[in-house]
Amino acid sequence: MAEMDTSSSGGKGKKHGGTKSKKQSTRVDMTPMVDLGFLLITFFMLTTTMSKPKTMDLIMPKDTKEEKDQNKVKESTALTILLGKDNRVYYYEGLAQDPNAAANPDFFKATSFANKGGIRDEIIKKRDEVSKLRNAKGEPEDVVVIIKADDDATYANFVDILDEMAINRIQRYATVDISDQDKTWIKQTETANGVK
Amino acid sequence: MPKIKMPRKSTAIDMTAMCDVAFLLLTFFMLATKFKPDEPVTVVTPSSINTTLLPDSDVLLFTVDKDGRVFFSMDGQPKRKKLIEDLNAQYKLGLDDKEIKSFVTGASVGTPIKDLKNYLSLSEDQRKKQGLDKGIPTDSANNELGAWIEYGMAAQGGNFNKLKYCIKADNATPYPKIKEILDTFKAKHIQKLNLVTNLKSAPQGTAAWKEEQAAGGKKE
Repeated sequence: MAEMDTSSSGGKGKKHGGTKSKKQSTRVDMTPMVDLGFLLITFFMLTTTMSKPKTMDLIMPKDTKEEKDQNKVKESTALTILLGKDNRVYYYEGLAQDPNAAANPDFFKATSFANKGGIRDEIIKKRDEVSKLRNAKGEPEDVVVIIKADDDATYANFVDILDEMAINRIQRYATVDISDQDKTWIKQTETANGVK
Repeated sequence: MPKIKMPRKSTAIDMTAMCDVAFLLLTFFMLATKFKPDEPVTVVTPSSINTTLLPDSDVLLFTVDKDGRVFFSMDGQPKRKKLIEDLNAQYKLGLDDKEIKSFVTGASVGTPIKDLKNYLSLSEDQRKKQGLDKGIPTDSANNELGAWIEYGMAAQGGNFNKLKYCIKADNATPYPKIKEILDTFKAKHIQKLNLVTNLKSAPQGTAAWKEEQAAGGKKE
């Protein structure tokens, strides 16, 4: 192929001429073999799995305990996050157990999963705010994030928000069924923003 | 003065070394990797920063595609054999040896239990054609997912501590379906689940990122 036979051509210029039959080169052209080798490598690289898939632990609360645990959460340390359709995220501070809470127009807010100015900033803001509060023993409070997914949310949203908990090292969070009140708020916000 | 004659160099490159390297790499890839397991449906998993590895064995894997169809798979042929024999006896499916073998050596199944005989007698292409890949029913009226979990557990032969329950769902799977599955696990008193995700790096400036940096970029 690319090989030029120069092994015996040098003989012309040499002093000890002597007509001899051309020596055949003993070299084997390895190029096709290399081709084959790399072809097989490519095949194996593409058809096999090298890295095992990663998993995320999800520990669900026991049903019986849930009610009790939920009540322990203080209004001041809680952040409720709602997952809506089209990757929308809604959030409000506290648990919204007070029906008058929604009277404040700024209460129910919408955001996104964006890296900047999204839900992460809100989680961090709330976490830092809450860590300034002190409980009865004088220890810093922990923020508690309540996650509620609407029926229009997707699995990706769910994993994303759990991931945010891991990213921001939020120790206490829970996934809770969405309430009718939350659904109404989502609807209202959607209509207000012209989302169909 | 005689001219100094430069000996002509051959343009041929010795490929032997390169060949050695190629086959060395080939051997490495053949030994270090395993074939991608058959998947009934393509599932694009979401990404997370978690680095926990999915174990090789003792896994009950539930694959959920974007339409919410649920598929069940389990490792270990002896275990699969026990599982299908139990199901056969319990639901009086009347599976013959060939169908049992089809399950034992197969990958995932996703069909209502009553269709199982028909399902196992067909090849994968035929299943697709006949629309038998319906997924395991998870609704509350006919929750066969619970049965699969139970029989899957029974097939482990008492080794429950190591057993992991994995859910591999698509990005676009609607949440209510996920919730149904989670509720099924809850009803079986299984609280610890593993969600299969892709790895992504922690975003800069966050708590997880700082921890990673503090650990010298090495995590776990």
